Amino acid sequence: MSGENDNGNGMAPRDDQGQLKQEGLIFERGGAGRVGFSLPELDVPEVDVAAAWGEDNVRGEIAGFPEVSEVDVIRHFTRISQHNFGVESGLFPLGSCTMKYNPKVHERVVRHPGFAGAHPYMPASVMQGGLDLMRRLEAALAAVTGMHRVTLQPAAGAQGELTGVMMIAAYHASRGDGKRRKVLIPDSAHGTNPATASFCGLEPVEIPSNSEGTTDIEALRAEADETTAALMLTNPNTLGLFEDQMQQIAEIMHGCGAQIYCDGANLNAILGKTRPGDIGIDVFHINLHKTFTTPHGGGGPGGGPVAVGEHLAPFLPRPTVEVDSDSGQAFLDWDRPDSIGKVQGFYGNFGILVRAYAYIRALGAVGLRQVAEDAVLNANYIQKRLEGHYHLPHPRLCMHEVIFSDRTQKKHGVTAMDICKRLIDHGYHPPTVYFPLVVSGALMIEPTETVSREDLDTFIEAMIAIAAEAETDPEHVRAAPHSTFLSRLDEARAARKPILAWRPETAGEHEPVGAGATG
Amino acid sequence: MSATNDPHGPGRYQPLGPDDRRRMLEVIGVESIDELFASIPAKLRYAGELAVEPALSEPELIRHLGELATRNGPAAGMLSFLGAGCYPHFVPTHVDALIQRQEFMTSYTPYQAEISQGTLQAIFEFQSLVAMLTGMDVCNASMYDGASSVAEAVLMARRLNRSGGRVLWSEGLHPAYREVARTYATHLDLTFETLPVGADGRTSVPAPGDDVVAVVLQQPNFFGVVEDLERAGATVAGGAAKFIVATTEPLAWALTVPAGEAGADIVAGELASFGNAQSYGGPLVGFMASKQEYVRNLPGRLAGQTVDEKGRRGFALTLATREQHIRRAKATSNICTNTALCALATCIHLCSLGRHGIRQLALHNLAKATYARRQLTAIDGVEAVFDGPHFNEFVVRLPVPAGDIVDACAGRGVVPGVVLGRFDPARDNELLVCATEVHTRADIDKLAATVAEVCK
Repeated sequence: MSGENDNGNGMAPRDDQGQLKQEGLIFERGGAGRVGFSLPELDVPEVDVAAAWGEDNVRGEIAGFPEVSEVDVIRHFTRISQHNFGVESGLFPLGSCTMKYNPKVHERVVRHPGFAGAHPYMPASVMQGGLDLMRRLEAALAAVTGMHRVTLQPAAGAQGELTGVMMIAAYHASRGDGKRRKVLIPDSAHGTNPATASFCGLEPVEIPSNSEGTTDIEALRAEADETTAALMLTNPNTLGLFEDQMQQIAEIMHGCGAQIYCDGANLNAILGKTRPGDIGIDVFHINLHKTFTTPHGGGGPGGGPVAVGEHLAPFLPRPTVEVDSDSGQAFLDWDRPDSIGKVQGFYGNFGILVRAYAYIRALGAVGLRQVAEDAVLNANYIQKRLEGHYHLPHPRLCMHEVIFSDRTQKKHGVTAMDICKRLIDHGYHPPTVYFPLVVSGALMIEPTETVSREDLDTFIEAMIAIAAEAETDPEHVRAAPHSTFLSRLDEARAARKPILAWRPETAGEHEPVGAGATG
Repeated sequence: MSATNDPHGPGRYQPLGPDDRRRMLEVIGVESIDELFASIPAKLRYAGELAVEPALSEPELIRHLGELATRNGPAAGMLSFLGAGCYPHFVPTHVDALIQRQEFMTSYTPYQAEISQGTLQAIFEFQSLVAMLTGMDVCNASMYDGASSVAEAVLMARRLNRSGGRVLWSEGLHPAYREVARTYATHLDLTFETLPVGADGRTSVPAPGDDVVAVVLQQPNFFGVVEDLERAGATVAGGAAKFIVATTEPLAWALTVPAGEAGADIVAGELASFGNAQSYGGPLVGFMASKQEYVRNLPGRLAGQTVDEKGRRGFALTLATREQHIRRAKATSNICTNTALCALATCIHLCSLGRHGIRQLALHNLAKATYARRQLTAIDGVEAVFDGPHFNEFVVRLPVPAGDIVDACAGRGVVPGVVLGRFDPARDNELLVCATEVHTRADIDKLAATVAEVCK
């Protein structure tokens, strides 16, 4: 494993990787004159760009761009893809991310030329199908959340948060209520919540959790006043617990004139069981790439629709989709004088909306409720079977995810990260680690509903085996993963001396080199 | 519980059967599923059935979605010359096939580097390609779309200047991009002033004062005109203001002087022209690139090269202290999810085009648009609005309001362009027309014939 040429990207064979092929950078492939593109003969007069624009305004060929064939491209990206782990590879219990199966049929329907080939400035008269789909999706999301209107424009959860908080700010401003600068945020919240509040020029104030893992009501009461714009809550929260004091929370916040924003990251747990609009929430964002199973894509694209109560509807981003009552035709309504404006260049990630709509239609009301039930059942099954092996900070029935800590294993010098990396050797994607921040050494496990009992059992057995190994051979756990193409990456080095791009002029520095010899 | 899952409804996506559920409840030690939801107080429970449309089986679903799609113009082979920030380009079959590999499509953000090397290496290659294309030092791993990326670029310039002030932006910056930037800046100390374009369609840039945070030009601009970036860059250079270059059509950059060479501090915008469908305007591929010295102020994810414990080259997300999951309220942006899979399509398409293909494709676009401009301006009463150099888009003035022409043409199966009056009432008779490699000579001749017919 440690020969001089055995560097994971050179050509030396490795006896530990079977079908997994080594692969360098695309820039290290190819040869002069190869082409991987196909263009028809030009059927109009050629234009001399230097003559048309002036010679000084034209660049030459881009040095460093690859010269590769289509086959080279296919092999390159296929090989590197095999160094990835996807939802179809196996159980992907990444807490807070809802890594469920992405139905194949979605990829088929979204590629229909009527969707994929549609331009955003097509006249509404020839986009009735697309607009109808947006109307239907909005209605479905309003029904699921119990809210009045939904904007489909935000491209992801964080942009949904931005949109929601801006609508709240606009609402207060419209009432001449200009002194509300504080946004209260529980300490278990996602990092996007405080980042969003400061992005809007507001002041995030942290609210502690109580020993039960839910919001400390007295601390909330103490901070809630006439300078509070909103509470940003996640419910169920990131500890996988339902905020059962929701009614009191709503009374406190609305009592001081503030609004309640709810981060919908965990909507999967409550589909058909409770609705944000019915329990005092004013703004609620939905991660389509979580609950409504649009593919995560290695980090996006997502979808972050925002559902609001009636009092906030005037502030929705423009345009909204409406129907002309005379003609029955759907149209984009740009005439929204109180709108906060646009947050995307066009109408949001339409291709993601198509997939989410298809999912809702495949499930129906009964299916949506079944999603929540199976997701919660699976998480509780894991919690029950692992509670004797890992420390459980909040020993009560959980919702769709369960949070353990590494407290027991830490006595042997094994951390949550080590457990994660060892889990990779057992064929699983690791859970979320070190989040939420309120649990030291957190391991956040969200199985989702798309996992079978036998897969849960083998995952549980792997977790138990790692807990045992942490006692008997902690060093082996600490050195994991042992089975991956690369061992642990030196992230400190990546940050200390960032190399963020391959460059033709420094190509030598990137070439395959022996162990430890990279500059 | 019924004896089997419902094959008509949701059953197919959910591996647990009734027997599994019963046995699992036993292990947990509760009587019913309902008990698992006991933490939701009865008062807060939803007792009804969600008012969503009935469940569909897979064949019904395909039929239903197909019916919706068929009610859209492109399904009927409608001929479109719409660009304006979302361009019609051919996507090679292998690009779409590769991004559908489940290892790319269904994986998560590559925080666990050891089992995400595929995504990380692809991001690194993407960053490298875009850096070369723009002439910048560094590029992030993608953003949302071009509009929100330019908005973030303006906010980044403000951070670099450590205070607010004036932003001077060109009339040739896409109006939707300007609207999104205004939304993002609602609660910030920034004011926006528009620099007009001249008869050649190029922006005249004055020497910015000390209170100017950023000067923003788009290349090529919203009217399709190629700006003189070097002259603009020289005017902005030396002062406090950051020079931001935006783009909606990065294919032009295969031919134009790279923004980095023209002195750009930040480059932001759209890359969807490479490898992505128009998809009614999203998802697209926003990005931001900058000079090396500003890298710690960049929003969004970055992949960096490093080594593993055995010294073998590998890649990891890096400089995360800029980001919300580490810095929370002090992050450079709240962005988390980006458009990774669309950026992968861009990366694969750029690799396939390579150093020869990208240039040839750009030259095809230039030739098609030049031909279309000539054919349209040969029509009586139709004239070119700007005489500056253009790429694959241009503006014509019609004898009547452009909206009427578009409606009449649409009835004949042709969408001839974007009505500029929707953004600026003074341009009511103007039409923004785009022609690319997807249009044949016959398509363009049909466009000209249809416009001529309805202009009569």
